[in-house]
Amino acid sequence: MPLLSTAGRKVLGLSQATGEMLTLLCETLYYFKEAPRNRHSILRQMHLIGTGTLPIAMLMALFVGMVLALQTGAELTQYGSQEAIGAIVGLSMVKELGPVMTSLLVAGRIGSAMAAEVGAMKVYEEIDALKTLEISPVRYLAMPRLLGCLFALPALTVFTMVVGIFGGGIVAEVNPMIDVPQSVYYDNLMRSLEYKDILKGLLKAMFFGGIIAHVGCYVGFKTSGGARGIGQSTTRSVVISFLLIMIANYFLTRFMI
Amino acid sequence: MGLNDKNNSGLMTFLANVTPFGGLFGKLAHGFGGSMFGDENHVTRYEDSRGVQITVDHLNKSFDDNHVLKDICLDVAAGETFSIIGPSGTGKSLLLKHLVKLLQPDSGTIRINEQDLYSARSSEEGTNYRYSMVFQSAALFNSLTVGENVGLWLREKRICNEARIRRIIRDKLKLVGLEGTEELRTDELSGGMRKRVAIARSLAMNPDLILYDEPTAELDPVTSDELARVITGLKEKVNLTTIIVSHDLNFALYLSDRVAMMHDGRIVEIGTPEEIKKSTNPLIRDFIYTTTKGIK
Repeated sequence: MPLLSTAGRKVLGLSQATGEMLTLLCETLYYFKEAPRNRHSILRQMHLIGTGTLPIAMLMALFVGMVLALQTGAELTQYGSQEAIGAIVGLSMVKELGPVMTSLLVAGRIGSAMAAEVGAMKVYEEIDALKTLEISPVRYLAMPRLLGCLFALPALTVFTMVVGIFGGGIVAEVNPMIDVPQSVYYDNLMRSLEYKDILKGLLKAMFFGGIIAHVGCYVGFKTSGGARGIGQSTTRSVVISFLLIMIANYFLTRFMI
Repeated sequence: MGLNDKNNSGLMTFLANVTPFGGLFGKLAHGFGGSMFGDENHVTRYEDSRGVQITVDHLNKSFDDNHVLKDICLDVAAGETFSIIGPSGTGKSLLLKHLVKLLQPDSGTIRINEQDLYSARSSEEGTNYRYSMVFQSAALFNSLTVGENVGLWLREKRICNEARIRRIIRDKLKLVGLEGTEELRTDELSGGMRKRVAIARSLAMNPDLILYDEPTAELDPVTSDELARVITGLKEKVNLTTIIVSHDLNFALYLSDRVAMMHDGRIVEIGTPEEIKKSTNPLIRDFIYTTTKGIK
């Protein structure tokens, strides 16, 4: 019986959290109408997410592209079809690795910071102070973060896609085992890659950006219990974001195919 | 704070925490009356303070099995300075949070200027007075400078032009003895200065009702005195209703027109400072005796 009641409590908790997240999402979307007058804070968020993450995202993408070329190149050489490496690296970077890896990086770097910042504001009564100043915390805090993430993530992903493909091209040419010239690599890539693939990748990134900001703000708003609570919120936001990104990635891919 | 932490479970409480006055859920609960979404009340008028009259009637609040506010009744006249004293954990701050709509009562009513704070009508019409609260932790926004903190409400509500906002910020900071600190970062301030900036931020709204939650907590006696002088100065210069929650007996007796003593979630006595000092109620005698360390 205790097992049953524990399971019941978990299900109730999960349903409650889902309901709360959806309601918060509706309110945040509603305040999108106030975006023009909050453009400064939206731009600040975009700057924070975009330029702050860009160097590390590009470095990560370079090595992801390189290792991808190395692994697939080594396999393809055995069958003598290493020319296909351009298509494989390009499609993987554009369709999956670019958006997903960038989102995971931003979730760890920005999502956690959002949860900590909003959580600290909750714990130190700043959210209550906003309400007594008749300023909606959803408009003032959640809306700029969500909009900022929605735009910054696809922008970042463009860079990671390009740099990843570039990294793959270098390895394909330089590595003696693979030995595919850059011209063949890019020719193969251009023949297999379509504009709609890029668009789908960016759309995915935008969706993941929404997940990151929304989870960060939701977890922040739910924070309680002082410094320890803020720490827990930080971890929780990363775990939930990772999980939701992976789940959403499957379903988005399923519907986009 | 312990009681507030318990309050963090439950969909309704979450929404009450995040959105002004229950937001979307509040509207849903009232059957989609008006807009579906919790809009902010855009208060655009910016007149001088004029004090409000408050009536609290049979207010009750529980968290799970913990009955924290028990049948609270009190009247505060317009322009009065009213203190609520009592030991920690007796529900003083919770009562204050009900007055600024941060919490909703389980039963009972709060009327401010004859307007019911929690009726569906008043949430749609908006309030006809301005209120502001000075939090125990000052609750200044760390990402903003002192001046931006004070001017936040004016800028967000687009009350007036930038030049006038700057003038108001300067005036309000001067009123609390902090002229010329506009550009300072909030983490450069001492505890007393933070409290005074929080007061200036509240005053920038020209509130009709200002509430102080433990204004002297964490302050040394000299800074407490300074703060008392600031609040008394305001009483002379600005016409507003002031409610102070404190366990600092001398501070409350010195500043207030009337004082209410709370114990275990109930109001045990209301009277002028003189009446409280002379009270024979053993709870008040005990509180006075312990807070003055037995010095009579």
